[in-house]
Amino acid sequence: MSVPITLADVSHRYGGASGTLALDGCSISVRPGEFAAVVGPSGCGKSTLMKLATGLQFPFKGTVTVAGSRVEKPVTMAGMAFQNPTMLPWRTTLENVLLPLEIVRPHRQRFRAEKAAFAAKAEELLSVVGLKGFGAKFPWQLSGGMQQRASLCRALIHEPELLMLDEPFGALDAFTREELWCVIRDLQQARKFTVVLVTHDLREAVFLADRIFVMSARPGRILAERTVSFPRPRDIGITYTPEFMAVVQELRGHISEARAAA
Amino acid sequence: MTTAAARIDWIRLSPWLYTIGLFVLWEAAVLVLGLPPFILPAPTTIVAAMVEFWPAIWKNGLQTLFTTLLGFAFAVVGGLALGLLVGWSRTIYAGLHPLMIGFNSIPKVAVVPILVLWFGIGTVPAVITAFLISFFPVVVNVATGLATIEPETEDVLKALGASKMDIMLKVGIPRALPYFFGSLKVAITLAFVGSVIAETVAANSGVGHMMLTAQSNFQVPLVFAGLVTLAVEGIVAYALMAWVEKRMTGWAHRSGFAQ
Repeated sequence: MSVPITLADVSHRYGGASGTLALDGCSISVRPGEFAAVVGPSGCGKSTLMKLATGLQFPFKGTVTVAGSRVEKPVTMAGMAFQNPTMLPWRTTLENVLLPLEIVRPHRQRFRAEKAAFAAKAEELLSVVGLKGFGAKFPWQLSGGMQQRASLCRALIHEPELLMLDEPFGALDAFTREELWCVIRDLQQARKFTVVLVTHDLREAVFLADRIFVMSARPGRILAERTVSFPRPRDIGITYTPEFMAVVQELRGHISEARAAA
Repeated sequence: MTTAAARIDWIRLSPWLYTIGLFVLWEAAVLVLGLPPFILPAPTTIVAAMVEFWPAIWKNGLQTLFTTLLGFAFAVVGGLALGLLVGWSRTIYAGLHPLMIGFNSIPKVAVVPILVLWFGIGTVPAVITAFLISFFPVVVNVATGLATIEPETEDVLKALGASKMDIMLKVGIPRALPYFFGSLKVAITLAFVGSVIAETVAANSGVGHMMLTAQSNFQVPLVFAGLVTLAVEGIVAYALMAWVEKRMTGWAHRSGFAQ
């Protein structure tokens, strides 16, 4: 259960024809069930790329295709998580996680009738990310890392075919970050959804992704594409092996060039 | 901490102490300066007037409370509806904004003669004035609540296929509620202003009318008794709104900043 995404020669401007050019002729193709990462210097249009892929913005030039059809309105089955957990403070953590089920078809029609089953499912997902028993707490009673875990649950509760992650681990401490890498790794392994991860952490990209796209400074272009072929499941220990370091160094070289060129 | 139980809770006590202090100072000032009651009556004189004219104060107090609450109720319903409408669409917002600003800048006392022309002297102009003056803060606050939805939250919902109505119901309205309930405290106070304005200009009952009559009869203590009545009604209504706000939107008051 997963979908392919293709961006073909996509350019995007903010603020009309004379506005800032954010993306310039980007082409990316993500296969069904693939874990793709997009890395690049800050302000290079990584988040724009994600908005285009989910139909939250429409390209000024080029086409975006998700699941074989051209994106002309927001897609309806993507899960998203951002650097900021964006929990709704008036809902408990459990109610926040359940939110997508109140919106996504066909779940929304059954939501009232099957609320107990849905809640059990949400509790289970919360325990997978290490939040067992925290469902009744309000998000503002949780730490930043715990809110981020809950935000991942919200992105996954409706079993999306497409997961969009915009630096979701960026604001976390190193230990929590590595722990959540493993959570995402295992969930993706089990459910095989397509993931697009936007990040500026190169270790994170190499550890998690099957393929990495390196972007230039603004206006963003794809400078390089790197397939990561470490066997799965990957242990966090591989991040300290010379082979892993070599890939990270290689990507680092691309980013340095991109920054120098800007 | 064995002394904790015996210690006086100054924070709880201070509203009472300060209020009593004000009246004591007032009484003392009148005594010391020898002010006649037709300039500034002492609090004890005002209390005596309240006892003496209690039936009139009771009747007119109820009348003012009634017109105020009715006008306020219309303001809450109308303000909420218009606020949601304005928050829903940028076009409607752009169109209504200058009209609302213009309308709000008109002194409401200048509108009362027109209302009298249309509805005659009595309760109706007072209710409408209370409504007109108190509905603006409700509109502005509800619209602000809707306008400040975090774009990322909106993105999360849109990428799930949420309609505009979904976003309004799941995020917009709950998010606007603290602003709405906050505005009620302002609105109820203004509603009293509105109804008393109308009563002093064109009415045959209500505290405003009673004060005007008392003033023309030179019953200055009764004028002040009217003021006290309004203050008491205002404080009670405000406290009620503050309580409602706290009950309804506890999640929005989680900061310890003002404690």
